[in-house]
Amino acid sequence: MDAFTTHTGRAVPLRRSNVDTDQIIPAVWLKQVSRTGFEKGLFSAWREDPSFVLNDPAYAGATILVSGPDFGTGSSREHAVWALQQYGFRVVISSRFGDIFRNNSTKMGLLPVVLPEDVVGRLQAAVEADPATEVTVDLAERQVRFGDVAASFEIDDYTRWRLMEGLDDIGLTLRHADDIEVYENGRQPWLPTTV
Amino acid sequence: MGRTPTGRTLAEKVWEQHVVRRAEGEPDLLYIDLHLVHEVTSPQAFDGLRLAGRKVRRPDLTIATEDHNVPTVLGPISDPVSRTQVETLRKNAAEFGVRLHPMGDAGQGVVHIIGPQFGLTQPGMTIVCGDSHTSTHGAFGGIAFGIGTSEVEHVLATQTLPAYRPKTMAIEVKGDLPVGVTAKDLILAIIAKIGTGGGQGHIVEYRGEAIRKLSMEGRMTICNMSIEAGARAGMIAPDETTFEYLRGRPHAPTGAAWDQAVEYWKTLRTDDDAVFDKVVEIDASTLTPFVTWGTNPGQGVPLGSAVPSPEDFADSVERAAAERALEYMGLAAGTPLRDVEVDTVFVGSCTNGRLEDLRAAAEILRGRKVVTRTLIVPGSMQVKKAAEEEGLHEVFKASGAEWREAGCSMCLGMNPDTLGPGERSASTSNRNFEGRQGKGGRTHLVSPAVAAATAVTGRLTAPADL
Repeated sequence: MDAFTTHTGRAVPLRRSNVDTDQIIPAVWLKQVSRTGFEKGLFSAWREDPSFVLNDPAYAGATILVSGPDFGTGSSREHAVWALQQYGFRVVISSRFGDIFRNNSTKMGLLPVVLPEDVVGRLQAAVEADPATEVTVDLAERQVRFGDVAASFEIDDYTRWRLMEGLDDIGLTLRHADDIEVYENGRQPWLPTTV
Repeated sequence: MGRTPTGRTLAEKVWEQHVVRRAEGEPDLLYIDLHLVHEVTSPQAFDGLRLAGRKVRRPDLTIATEDHNVPTVLGPISDPVSRTQVETLRKNAAEFGVRLHPMGDAGQGVVHIIGPQFGLTQPGMTIVCGDSHTSTHGAFGGIAFGIGTSEVEHVLATQTLPAYRPKTMAIEVKGDLPVGVTAKDLILAIIAKIGTGGGQGHIVEYRGEAIRKLSMEGRMTICNMSIEAGARAGMIAPDETTFEYLRGRPHAPTGAAWDQAVEYWKTLRTDDDAVFDKVVEIDASTLTPFVTWGTNPGQGVPLGSAVPSPEDFADSVERAAAERALEYMGLAAGTPLRDVEVDTVFVGSCTNGRLEDLRAAAEILRGRKVVTRTLIVPGSMQVKKAAEEEGLHEVFKASGAEWREAGCSMCLGMNPDTLGPGERSASTSNRNFEGRQGKGGRTHLVSPAVAAATAVTGRLTAPADL
């Protein structure tokens, strides 16, 4: 995955709660077997509404999505992350994320940032007032900055390090192949196999 | 994660048993006992293995099935994109040596139905799948959770996952479920109580008398929808009901290994002095059949009540969500739910596609006629066979309902079974999200008994209303 250290861009306010992964990318788009082309499916039902915020030319080219609470609930489809990234988003900000979505994001280098609901509201208001507002998401400092606001966010050291280095989890785990083998040799004898 | 100085919860016991490696400042490396695979979330993972020149580490702990895309009428897949996805799974399973149950095979079915059915899902195991409803398998007392495609690739390559142990949450269900109130009603009521984010970051353990009295099918329905409350996983401590379900299944242990396993399984319970990070209590004895009115599974109320008004919600975010949901659902606040007319009834899915669910629907439909399009979709080919041996298919057909082949069907819009724009369903599935059952479709989540009663009247109906 691509490394993420700090990112400055414009932001889109998505004033909706419970943005489930079926909205981010409807199931009909999940039939593809490739990893590309999902940007066309991003919010595809909502984008049919001309007043939907992503259709507002003022927010064209924005790279940070600022959503209401419980973003990415529902299905485990990583296609939701691919669709957001391929559309051009580098960061999603919300007061709460679905666990699987947040996990998938950090595997792909899309940064999920948790901020308190009032700070999310202020950020949404700021980019509604001026869509050209520059927003900086600084993973090194664990901080989101816009206007005169500097809001800290939490992320565990290990995930932060992995994102900043752009490291592949499988490669990291395979460094411990010996540990896996030792564990496997001690598994309970009655555990089932599929053969 | 802090270790409790005294007793341990069930989740902690199972987690600790699977830690391959623990290091300061890193997630635990967790061993995965069983990896379930289906056609939708696996193709890019197998591609990743190929690109890196990796193989599947433990094909003998991996099993695949075709479910999301498959049509539920006999014949080939007509949609070329769906067909390609299914054919890709077949190619990958053959290339990497993974056991596959393809369409038409006697073992085929929805991924979360076939694991327990084969006896592959056992107490104390870690189970993952690229599917959020993997939480179903926690009904046997293991830790089971959904993962994305990157993690599917990780498990295929290493049979492990790096993960932080989630917090623990107890949902204590006091009292007994009244007659006519089912596991589905209970879980819908729980989600309405704690919200779609209520379990976020937690493994939920469902406890209490009402849970102990549930069959394994009912427990699977409960654990299945843990994800709709935002929980990472849901689990129920194994007991005699669990052991009886497992005994004699194809992959269950036998002979001395069975005795050894049961002895261990009996230790899989939360210690009396263990402390949960969060505790929620719910009184089962006051519950009635439940139904959702909105576009997330937390927007549910008793079927005997009315569609709520946005003004009923003090929180501005919930109020806005309610306004939006009512508009999408085409519902007016204050409308009695019993007056809501539906176009389609769906009985099936990993939530309610098991034999017990079909029996519940058949009991209502016996000797009655349906007035709506009604799809009865067994969760697996084995469920279908068992239902037919009991003659349930004759009951359904005589009522005018359609008796289908096994698959995910109308739970999600990936196969030919969908709602059209504006169409309304009473559905035993798990998600009432906008467009979940087809673009513009409107979903009311219900139990199999309510679904069947609704099919008879054409309006949301409890069996007791008939």
